[in-house]
Amino acid sequence: MNAAATPGATVELDDIQGLVRFGYKHLPNASFLLFRVKDVTAACAWLASAPVTTAASTMPLPQIALQVAITSEGLRALKVSQQVRDGFSLEFVAGMASDAYRAQRLGDIGASDPKGWRWGAGECAPHVAVLLYAATGLAEWEREIEAQCADGFTLLERLRSSGRQDIEPFGFADGISQPDLDWGRTREVRDRDRLAYDNLSCLGEFLLGYPNEYGLYTPRPLLDRRDTAAAALPPAEDDPASADLGRNGSYLVMRQLRQDVTGFWRELDRQAGGDVQLRERLAAAMVGRNMNGDPLVAAAGAATGARFNAFTYESDPRGERCPIGAHIRRANPRNADLPPGKPGIVSRLRRMLGFDARVRAQDLIASTRFHRLLRRGRKYDGGGDDGSEAGLHFICLAANITRQFEFVQSAWMMGTRFGGLTGQSDPVVGNRAPAADGSPADGFSMPRSDGPDLRLAGLPQFVTVVGGAYFFLPGARALRYLATAA
Amino acid sequence: MIPQSQFLVLAQVAAGRESELRGLLATMNSAPGVADPANALVPFGQFPQLHFARFVVLDDPSLGGIQPYGSPRPSLPVYLALLGSCDGAAEEFLAALAQRAARGLRRIFSHCQGFDANADLLSWMRQRRVPLAASYVNWVGRSVRQISEEAAIARAVASKVDRSPIAPLAEAQQRRRQLIDFIDAEISAGRLGLTTPDPTPVRWQLARIVNLVGIPLIGLLLLPLFLILLPFALFTLRRKEESDPEICPRPDPAALLELQTAEDRDVSNQYTALGSVKPGLFRRGLEVLLLIAIDYACRHVFNRGYLARVQTIHFAFWALIDGKRRLVFASNYDGGHEPYMDDFINKVAWGLNLAFSSGVGWPRTRWLVARGARIEGTFKYYQRRHQLPTDTWYKAYPGLTLTDLNRNQRIREGLQREPMSDVEALAWLQLL
Repeated sequence: MNAAATPGATVELDDIQGLVRFGYKHLPNASFLLFRVKDVTAACAWLASAPVTTAASTMPLPQIALQVAITSEGLRALKVSQQVRDGFSLEFVAGMASDAYRAQRLGDIGASDPKGWRWGAGECAPHVAVLLYAATGLAEWEREIEAQCADGFTLLERLRSSGRQDIEPFGFADGISQPDLDWGRTREVRDRDRLAYDNLSCLGEFLLGYPNEYGLYTPRPLLDRRDTAAAALPPAEDDPASADLGRNGSYLVMRQLRQDVTGFWRELDRQAGGDVQLRERLAAAMVGRNMNGDPLVAAAGAATGARFNAFTYESDPRGERCPIGAHIRRANPRNADLPPGKPGIVSRLRRMLGFDARVRAQDLIASTRFHRLLRRGRKYDGGGDDGSEAGLHFICLAANITRQFEFVQSAWMMGTRFGGLTGQSDPVVGNRAPAADGSPADGFSMPRSDGPDLRLAGLPQFVTVVGGAYFFLPGARALRYLATAA
Repeated sequence: MIPQSQFLVLAQVAAGRESELRGLLATMNSAPGVADPANALVPFGQFPQLHFARFVVLDDPSLGGIQPYGSPRPSLPVYLALLGSCDGAAEEFLAALAQRAARGLRRIFSHCQGFDANADLLSWMRQRRVPLAASYVNWVGRSVRQISEEAAIARAVASKVDRSPIAPLAEAQQRRRQLIDFIDAEISAGRLGLTTPDPTPVRWQLARIVNLVGIPLIGLLLLPLFLILLPFALFTLRRKEESDPEICPRPDPAALLELQTAEDRDVSNQYTALGSVKPGLFRRGLEVLLLIAIDYACRHVFNRGYLARVQTIHFAFWALIDGKRRLVFASNYDGGHEPYMDDFINKVAWGLNLAFSSGVGWPRTRWLVARGARIEGTFKYYQRRHQLPTDTWYKAYPGLTLTDLNRNQRIREGLQREPMSDVEALAWLQLL
């Protein structure tokens, strides 16, 4: 199982869809077309020749980009064999809206229940997502693509997004923290503890077919290379006799999150008793950043650019500057594999055995590096029936949906006991569902140095899930294989 | 201080009656896998000393796993397990259970082999009690009563505390004093309870000291023998680690869903797993030795809120059954299943390898502690494949995690502690 590949081995950028490497921030207009397969032959024909933009750099920058992702229901609809489909992860095969227990884990209950979703569940589950990004002229291009797809697919949803992408609908600067992918494969492929948080992630955390942070290859469909259709696929690094259908692919999690912007600020206004400055301070505490993106735990002495992302919470263990439960602290706790301590083997052993009470208090949250997300979301407004709806088309990429997206969503976002807290889930995206014993989970606590925590209580739900699905974002060759294997 | 104990009663399920038994056990539930504390069969909630309890049918679908080792698939029984964790001696709890839930227990055990409707229930269960090879209690001495009293006190204090900034610092003392007076008044009025801890049983203390000294003494006596055998043992270990088959197929989605059905109904969850010990004297002997060491560590070192870096396990135990051919592991933990496993992998994979690598099919280890559970995906398949759906599970304090129990305990201790410095008083107020 150990990685055989040498660090620095090449990465086939022209086989990877561009979204893995780029956020396409220079292409402000986007349209995500969700399709269901109507005619397999026509659908496959379009997919086989889809003009997918790859991760290879081009100069000048592309003016348009097209990405294609497929759900497990989509693979079934395209007549991909069960044997191949079963090689994908269990959660991808089952799907985001698979059962009530997954919904419970993800916090998709009450108003966010998949039963009420506009898309993603039952008859409204998409098969294929075509993501279009353009600088200008998106509407014409969208029409053109839809016309090309009309023979093979029925259009289920057209999720558009435009305008400034660096500020989310509540008004906060967004998309600041992202993991850096180790494109050069310089990170040593070895399973060992990392004693300091850093922002670099092994490629295998986001791309199948490469070693992940454990130095292992995530399970994915490996096919027989003697099969002619599979011969064009890259060989598996960890099993050169097999063709790697996952190589250069990733899983793409898409969720449409409706944001109640009026409700958010009205509630903060109520909590602040109408004091505008206090209102903004409370909102910043809930998010963990000021509205301009400045983190409440700022990187001391760092240059302005680095200041936004080059920090940890080591200097703020109680959460007096950035509350433990703040949105960005839950989403990315920035901790290492072992809480900090004195150098030397004695201190390390004491920490490993849990003998140091101060260290134990810092050791309630799992190592961050196994739970990173590559976020590629786009905000929207003018949505809904009356055109007044705003929100986020949340997109993230991960090689292991359960360990990355589902873990962050369930244990960190929805977890009512994150970091030893009680009676609260994420102050921004939490669903406020009471605990099993009926006790409320709609609070938010802000620790202070000079007294007991300040508490907000009775927060309403600000963010509602209205659609979602798990997709596979195949490599270019894998996409051709999937479109021709039937 | 009342020490806690754990128990495991195993009764062989009568041939062909398993599904009927499962149906009966399900009638105890208020939600899938979660017992109604007042259910008509075994009303767990009526036993004030009971922390956790469950009924599980131990039917091991992985029994054939032993075949790659050259051993035939053994024919081992399907058991009904009654297991739990309680204050005081398990013997006393089982006696109370036999007395107060006799009718329901008889109905349940009538699905088991050799159950005689006229037999004495307590001695029938006693005969089927299995000794535990190792037992972990998160906080030895913390009783159910203490937990519920402290939870009520913490709630009352938190709702009463003045949350405005404290200045000057000396004011912290004053605020704490007011809260102490408030709680004292509540206690006098009978609205809150604060029982003085019971004296620690002398027998338990003696047994503890005998164990504390005895195990290392025996170890010391056996040390020469151990040193002579060590090179052979290491050689055999490495050889076996290289050749023992890894059996970690992906769990069946339907079986996985069945397990998930009973999960996340509370902030805590249950875990029951069963597997075969690798054939041969070496692995069996090694497992016995390791479990003795683990039990020793749990008794004397890890009895104050943490099992190495893991702080989310309320209770856990290991038991060797069927002539040490199989191992049962049961635990009660906080949080979801996936985070529980990630905690294990990332914080104590070495401990997991020590405790379980003698199990058939365990991910390949090196030198007993390395690799193994660190092979993340493979280990996750393995543990899910060996997990059994718990038929009914009881927790005496739903909604409370260990971080809650610890905080509540510190709040109560802070009310009783005299005197406190200004800084200590502030730190105490910050718990609220």
